[in-house]
Formats: sequence, structure tokens, C-alpha cells
Amino acid sequence: MNKPIRRVAFVTLMMFALLLANGTYMMIFRQESLAAQPENRRVRDAEFAQNRGAILAAGNVEMAKTVPSKDRYKYQRVYPDGDLYAPITGFYSYDRASSGLENSYNPQLAGTDDALFVRRLIDMATNKTPKGATVQTTIVPKIQKAAADALGTQKGAVVALDPKTGAVLAMVTSPTYDPNDIASHDIEVAGKAYDRLASDPQHPLSNRAAREIYPPGSTFKLVTAAAALADGKTPESTVESPDRLKLPGTRVYLSNSTNCGGTKITITQALKVSCNTAFANLGLDVGASKLREQAQLFGFDQRHLADLRGVASQFPDKLNESQLALSSIGQYDVAASPLQMAMVSSAIANDGVLMDPYVVRQVLSQDLKPIETHKAQKLSAAMTPEHAKELQQMMLQVVDQGTGRNAQIPGDDVGGKTGTAQSDPTRKPFAWFTSFAPVDNPAVAVAVIVEDADIPRSDIAGGRVAAPIARAVMQAAL
Amino acid sequence: MPVVAPVAIVPRKRRGVELALIIFALVLTLGAYAVVDLNVTGEVSPTFPYVAGICILMAALAHLAVRWRLPYADPVILPCVILLNGLGLVMIHRIDLINDPPLNGARQQLIWTAVGVILFILVVAWVNDHRPLQRFTYTIGLAGIVLLLLPLVPGLGTEKFGAQIWIQVGPYSFQPAEAAKILLAIAFASYLVEKRDVLALAGYRILGIDLPRARDLGPILVMWLISLAILVWQRDLGTSLLFFGLFVMMLYVSTERAGWAVLGTLLFAAGAYFGYLNFSHVRRRVGAWLDPFADFDAYYQVIAAQFGMAWGGVLGTGLGLGRPGLTPLARSDFIAAAIGEELGMTGLMAVIMIYGLIVARGLRVALQCREPFGKLLATGLSFAFALQVFTIIGGVTRLLPLTGLTTPFMSQGGSSLVCNWIVAGLLLVISHQVRKPAATVTPINPDVEQTQLVKVGA
Repeated sequence: MNKPIRRVAFVTLMMFALLLANGTYMMIFRQESLAAQPENRRVRDAEFAQNRGAILAAGNVEMAKTVPSKDRYKYQRVYPDGDLYAPITGFYSYDRASSGLENSYNPQLAGTDDALFVRRLIDMATNKTPKGATVQTTIVPKIQKAAADALGTQKGAVVALDPKTGAVLAMVTSPTYDPNDIASHDIEVAGKAYDRLASDPQHPLSNRAAREIYPPGSTFKLVTAAAALADGKTPESTVESPDRLKLPGTRVYLSNSTNCGGTKITITQALKVSCNTAFANLGLDVGASKLREQAQLFGFDQRHLADLRGVASQFPDKLNESQLALSSIGQYDVAASPLQMAMVSSAIANDGVLMDPYVVRQVLSQDLKPIETHKAQKLSAAMTPEHAKELQQMMLQVVDQGTGRNAQIPGDDVGGKTGTAQSDPTRKPFAWFTSFAPVDNPAVAVAVIVEDADIPRSDIAGGRVAAPIARAVMQAAL
Repeated sequence: MPVVAPVAIVPRKRRGVELALIIFALVLTLGAYAVVDLNVTGEVSPTFPYVAGICILMAALAHLAVRWRLPYADPVILPCVILLNGLGLVMIHRIDLINDPPLNGARQQLIWTAVGVILFILVVAWVNDHRPLQRFTYTIGLAGIVLLLLPLVPGLGTEKFGAQIWIQVGPYSFQPAEAAKILLAIAFASYLVEKRDVLALAGYRILGIDLPRARDLGPILVMWLISLAILVWQRDLGTSLLFFGLFVMMLYVSTERAGWAVLGTLLFAAGAYFGYLNFSHVRRRVGAWLDPFADFDAYYQVIAAQFGMAWGGVLGTGLGLGRPGLTPLARSDFIAAAIGEELGMTGLMAVIMIYGLIVARGLRVALQCREPFGKLLATGLSFAFALQVFTIIGGVTRLLPLTGLTTPFMSQGGSSLVCNWIVAGLLLVISHQVRKPAATVTPINPDVEQTQLVKVGA
């Protein structure tokens, strides 16, 4: 019987070899992905108990930091001005995941990023408590506060960009929330706070500045004007501006909400008074494909600010004539985030060059050595410098003599454009304003939206609500 | 030509080696127990001296019994068993400490260990020779089958974790399959020794494989049906596989005909496929094996075990420093995952190697044994042990679909622990009978011897 026993012995040998081989396989090929599963409580607990790096605004103001704690975990995440910086920091919670930079920079903040590998080894060898990396942002507290104060309790958002670099100087969204509530170590308290915020009809958790899109209304006329200039028009070219324009192929008439000052006016005049029929005609003249091309050069149909999971603004496909006419004045299916409209102003201000918006300036290791540094990057040449300068002057006229007078700053030239948009006839309109200053050497570009503004549907009205907010932000930046 | 006197080969007893290995196992176990205490609570628990005392006493008694009754027994098996039992105890103690106040699973396990050791000593001292067991082939076989099917008796069997493999008498529950494993291994061995010639010689040859005659198929079909009954009504794939695998393997070894093994494998595959098609519990196990993340909640057990082992990594978190409490059933079915988490894949592999060592020693006894019953019994016990370890650890590490078998000597639970101690006792008994020198040595009378010398060669 020895022969079959030897064979049985071989079979058992194979069984044990398989067990060992499978263990090896698991360690080599499965361990990493298993450890990365968000459901893996062991990994999450360990991460939560870590000395997480800080998130800083300009001037090393702490937007998020970690302090020692004496409960379940050794450290507690604290947001000193939680309400103010929530759209940028996001929140970091135990069982409700995370958002904002807390989410997109988690490996760096937690210290698990590959770039910190050597650091971790040194910490282990020297018995130091490992600490996550610090994330430095481009947010300027003074501008951020000015924006939040100016917006107040109104529902809406403000974005301020540095036109020359694309740095996000301020990003405010209202209503906001306090991430401290969700970061509580008492999981029940944190869960309730989250559920309350998530079910709030005002959507305080959503980042209206970068992650929501709205009909841009008359602020989109800047894009139409840019397309017209690129198409060979000049600021002095005239365009038909009837009191009402029959939309081609329909029985619907488009009317003006302001007095255009004649039935044939210059483009400068049309922008100054935000003349709907003139821009509808201008859009019909330029054509859908050129208008879309111009919108895309300004950044439409692309996602921006990936660090905050920004969404893409939209310029619709396949337009018929009437839809084109409406799209030219920022209605129909055109939709833009406040960030996108700030980018439009910013590109015009920066002589036509659109910079890629960013919010993280650098990531510093525990010993303050930079691990990652952002370099300002050009996204596109949205306009030629000549056309951009022409449009800058046109925007200056809007603020000096037109619908945007509320944005005037004594001693500084401001270029801007008002907008009033409606999403549906039953809802109150959105008030828009996008601007930049100073005109000759721009330092800041701003977009403001106030949702459900309690105003009549006219551009002057939109300028009345949103322009003062933009002015306050620009003043803080100058 | 000088006459070379025949040398009687007297095997060394090796009891000293066994003692040294046992001391090593005890040092490891008690050291690990203290490390758990230190890592979890910061101080050695006040009960540690008692635990240490009982462990040392048990190990000493087992060793002395072997030294007294089985002086030629294999010296490696007992220390391996003590080490596995000890590590299991340490892990159960560690999981006890997760709760506040701590549970007393380790105390129960220690009591069952004592019962196991007493039964081991009884086997060693009282059974002492395995051959008389052959006399009760049918009685033992019947008892085994009855035990196996006992959980199906209404009112007696209870269902735990979806498998009806327990019987409940008063406050005590018992997994009779563990005892049935031993009884059936004995019964199969003596039955097959008796019938092997018939089963081996008659048959046809197809494609180079000898196939048995139809009328000889009876026993294998009966076992197949019993295994299917276990699969269907007890809903336990593991036990079903274990018994059928044991029987087919012993049939193959006794007849030396591969046809039986091929036929058995085909029958098992057919049964398993039938089970997969018809029973949701089998499908769920297979689903959890192939893609556990397809349904996080349903496959949580398997996923949690994977998370634990991934968290432990190659070297483990250290005893008392992991989170084995997050894995359900960490002290019983998933104790291998708890080991993998705290002692790392390295520690788990070391444990697997210790199991492998026991199996290797058992099969070695089978090879050395000179009579068929002992050979077959030792092979059967070793193979069943190996199959059980393979199935449960393979299930926990996602090599195979998970089955509800226990991890021998480590899982918390009395029936499994006690029965495996009896298996260890039986293997030692056979190894003693194999290795001991012939009972009587006739005094050498040169005159007689000369006449008996047989000249070989030129």
C-alpha cells in the first residue's frame, strides 16, 4: 500500500503548498487594494487617529488643524473658521467620508502619500510621531472674509481669481456649514449633524461656487462679444437692436429689459446697457459653432479645479436659430458655474490668456520641505491681446456709465458685466455680476451669484444686488 | 569470512527530544499569553499563574503518559499539538479581552483542553494498541454514521450559523461530526482491509484506468449518498467534503486502484455542482469566494477576514495590537484570520507548517507500519486532518469557498478540541506499535544460529 500512500502524501503536500502560495499571493497582490477599501474600518480608524496635517490659507492662517484629544482617538480635527472656509477645506468625518481638500489631499494630509515614504521611515526609526503634510492654499483670508460678509445671509456664491496666475483668492458659498460638527468623535452626533445638513433643502453642503451650474444670463454676453470681435467685428460695429425680436422659426418674441438707446447701436453700447435683441442678433450673425468655440476657449465643457471636484459648465450642442439667439444672451441650456464666469472675466483681464484655476499652492512635509508646488499654467489663449483690450474697455464702460455702476471703486478702474437669469418662470431670478480690477493692471477677477434674489427681472436690478458684493471683494483685494 | 552477527535494530525512544520540544512549545505559548496581556492591558493578568500552571501540568501529564505507555511513539506530534492548542488558547484569550469586562472563552477552552488531554491519556494508556479496534468494524461504523446523522433528528439537532451540524442536550451543544470522523476512519480502515482484494481485483480497464465492477460500487455509493444528505439537510459543504474525501482516499489506498479516486472525484464534483444549482447557501459561499465585494453585507464575514489579514500584512500587528474583534466568529471559524492579523501572514504560515508537520509525521507512521489496518488508519486520520486544515484555512484566506469546519486544536469549541486530541492519541499509539522492537528477543545460541544461516550470493 506504500505507493498510494506516497501519492496521498503528495496530494497533502500540494494542499499545504497551495495554502502557502495563496498566502503569498494575497500579500503581494491583494493586500494593497484591501487596505485601500473605504469600508475597511481598521485602516479608517488608524487614519482617524493620526496627526493629520493642517490646511493653511495665505499668511499661514489655519483653515483646518489637528489638536490632541483624550477620547477614542489621540487627535481631533478642528476648523477654526469652519463656516468661512468650508467650501475649500470640506469636512473629514469618520463614517461620512470626506469632501473638499480633506478628500482630494487625503494621502498627503494623512501622511500615507508615497512622497512621504522616506519621512515615515525616519519617523519610525527616531520614534517620532509621524505627522501628515501641510497643504498651503491660495485663499486670502481678508478677501474671503470680505466676500462672506458682503454676501451675508443671501443664498449664492462668490469666486475671486488672480487673473495672472489662476490662483483662487476667495471662494464663498452660502448657506454654508460648520465642518466641526461632522468631525466630532461622537459618531452619533457627527452622523446626525451630517444627516441634518444633507437633508437641508438649502443644500449647505454643496459648493455652489465650483460644483453647481446656473444659467449665466447676460454675463454670457461677454462670450458673445468676444466671439463677435474674433469674427471681425469692432467695438464700434453696429447691430440691429429692435424693441422686440421674433425668434427665427417660432412665434415667440424676445424683448429687452432695458432701454437699448436706438434700433441700431454699437456693440459697446449694447454691452453697456445689456441689450438682449442686439446680442441675439450678434449671436445669430456669428453662428453657433464660432460661439461654442469661443465658450470652450473660455473653459466651457471642461472640468476645472479638480482639487475641489469642480464641474464643467455647458454650452449646448445642436442649436437651431432660436436656441442660438437665446444662448447668445446666456439663456436656453447654457449653464455656468460662478467659477467659470470668474474665469471669463479673468481671461479678458489677462489680455486674453486664460490661466488654469488652482487652489493648492504647495504641500509641505513635516519639516516644511515642499513636496509639491503648483506652477501657474496657461489653459488657453481665449482672445487675442488686442481684442481683449477692446473688451476690457467695453466692460469699463459698463461700470462707468452702464448697468454696473454699483461696482465703481473710487480711484480704480473696474470692468464688469451684470446679469439676471431665470432658471424657470416660477422661481425668483439669479442676480449675477462678474468683473475685474484695475483695468490696466488686473489684480483680481470676481464672479458673484445671488440665487432667488428678491428683484425684478432686469439687468439693472441684477447689478444692484450682485455688483456691490463684487465691489467689496475687489476692494479687499486691491 | 568473518561471520557478522545480526544486529537487532532497536529504534531510539526519543522521549527526551519530545520533552525539549514540549518545553519549547510551552515557552512560546505562555510567552505569547503574557505578551497579549501586556499589549492590551499593560500588565500580566492575575490569572496568568493559574493558566500557566494548568498548561504545564497538562503537558507534563500527556508527556508522562506517553513516556510510560508508548515509549517508542513519534516525538514530534505531541509538541506540535500542544503548541497549536496553546496558540489557540492565546488567541481566544486575546479576543476575550476585546470585551469589557473580558469574556471567559479562554477559561472554557482550558477546561476543554483538560478534558482533551484526559481522553488522550486514556487512549494512550487504555487502548494502547490499535489492532483490537478491527474487531468492531460494523459496530463502530454504525455508531459513526448515526453520530453523523444525529443533528437531523428533530428536537436534538440545532442550527448554528446556517448549518445544522450541532446537537443540543440540555445546556451543552456538541458537534458529533468530529467524533464521527474518528469512528468512521476506524470503520473504513477495518472494512477495507477485509474487502480490499475483492474491490481491487475485479473490474474493467478503460482508457488505462481500472474501473470497478458495478456490484462493488455499493459502499462508495452509500457514502456518496450520506455525504449528499449532509450537504442537503445539514447544509454543510465542509463536513460533506471531509467524509466523502476520507472514504474515497482510503478506498484508493487500500485497493491501490486509481479508478476509485477518479470515480470519487467525479461523484464529488457532480454532488457539488448539484448543490450549487439547488441550494442558496452553497451559491452564497461560492459567491463570497469568487467576488466578495459584489455584496458587502451578505459576504461581510469573508470580507472582514480579508481586511484583517491585509491589515496585519506580512509581519502582523503584534499580539494584542490588531483589531480581530472586527471579524465575526474570530474565535472559532475565523481564528486563522485573527492569527493572520496579529501574527501576520508569516505567523499564519508558521501555523500552517505546524499542521503540515503533524500530517507528515502521521503519513510517515503509515508508511513505516507493516500491517494494513494500521497503515490505512494512520493514512486516514492524517489525510482527514490535512483536508480539514486545507478546507478551513483555504476558506478563510479565499483559496476555496468558505465551509464551516473547525480549525483543529485552535478553534474555540469542546467537541473539536477533544476529538482532535483523540486523533493525536491514536496516531501516537500506531507510531509506538510501528517503532517498538519485536516483543521477545530469543537468546542467541550459536549452534542453532549456524544451522539457520542462509547464505546469500556467492
